[in-house]
Amino acid sequence: MPIATSFQTIGPYWALIEHPEMADLTRFGAAGENVVLSGRMTDGDGAPVADAAIELWQASPAASETFPGWGRCACDRDGRFRFTTLKPGPLPGPGNAQQAPHVALTIFARGILTRLVTRAYFDGEPLNDADPILGLVEDPARRATLIARPDGPGAWRIDIRLQGESETVFMEF
Amino acid sequence: MSETYRRVADEHTPFRDLVPNTQPDNNAPEYGSTHKRHPKQPGLRTPQTVTEIAGPRFSPSHYPAVIDLSRSGGHEAMGERIVVHGRVLDEDGRPVPDTMVEIWQANAAGRYNHPNDVHDAPLDPHFKGEGRVFTDAGGWYQFTTIKPGAYPWRNHFNAWRPNHIHYSLFGPGFATRLITQMYFPGDPLLALDPIFNTVADEHARARLIAKFDIEVTRPEWALGYRFDFVLRGRDTTIVQE
Repeated sequence: MPIATSFQTIGPYWALIEHPEMADLTRFGAAGENVVLSGRMTDGDGAPVADAAIELWQASPAASETFPGWGRCACDRDGRFRFTTLKPGPLPGPGNAQQAPHVALTIFARGILTRLVTRAYFDGEPLNDADPILGLVEDPARRATLIARPDGPGAWRIDIRLQGESETVFMEF
Repeated sequence: MSETYRRVADEHTPFRDLVPNTQPDNNAPEYGSTHKRHPKQPGLRTPQTVTEIAGPRFSPSHYPAVIDLSRSGGHEAMGERIVVHGRVLDEDGRPVPDTMVEIWQANAAGRYNHPNDVHDAPLDPHFKGEGRVFTDAGGWYQFTTIKPGAYPWRNHFNAWRPNHIHYSLFGPGFATRLITQMYFPGDPLLALDPIFNTVADEHARARLIAKFDIEVTRPEWALGYRFDFVLRGRDTTIVQE
């Protein structure tokens, strides 16, 4: 049987496929509760990751002609990224579990050969405590790396640390 | 009484695990940029939920196709024109239709149309280096471009990247996302390239190299290459009928 093709790094010049409008998931006229999710990506030295691609994917609200559910953003010189999207709702989880509202984040960059996947949950959501994925992270400090904090009206912030102290939890599935 | 069995999978079925040694390790000491960018903690193994099993859809109406990279603004780019085609399949050999394939690459001189690329090689005003194609019902894609040049990088003394084209694919689910590079047959730089050699399995490495294809080579016009992709297949359940 065929075997899945190997990953190779996105490299430093991926911005040739970068289109800044892709960071706005509401650009096709999506209706719903708009939220801004922003943050900063740093490496093992705490230095900004200035050439990363970060992609956002959310299965809720369901994708439609007006809402792609997916976006891409380039980290700027200071490692900062910023998405505009719709606030996700709860989703079914394994068995009868319910997942708290979340988005998935994918990181591609020079020096990352495959992709790093993490999630952003929203602080204060009542379903967070029972979320089946968050529940797999026993250390509260590590779990906190998966939770975006309020950052003004309709705005949330989550920082991503690729390595070292407060390293973000990355998932494999 | 005869019994038949059938393997069943649908759009809610999780995807199979990746085959060991066929994917790079993000901790790759020979590739210097990994040193401060690979996580030190082991990845959290999670079940696939709707977030991982579903995935984004792309249509040319929102993401217009660009199938000919060899011309820009009505002018021909410099270099060796090539046609690249192939199929996107899953691990069961089934075609992956209507999926978006993004392409980017250096020009014939080995220079990217990118402000951070300061390699002392000429830019080509008629080569942008970005393409976007969609697979058809049979999983086939095709585009025309210029063969990219090799270029130096500062990973180690006298380091040169082999000729390559970058690809980004999505497939049916978030779990099938793939970013990779296609290399060219017979390139002496492959054996020396730390990025290509992050894939431990030699057969998997070999699958990253396109094949010359005389069938797609167009007389008096362009050489043809074939490059197929395999995206993760779905786990199947065996049911008795």
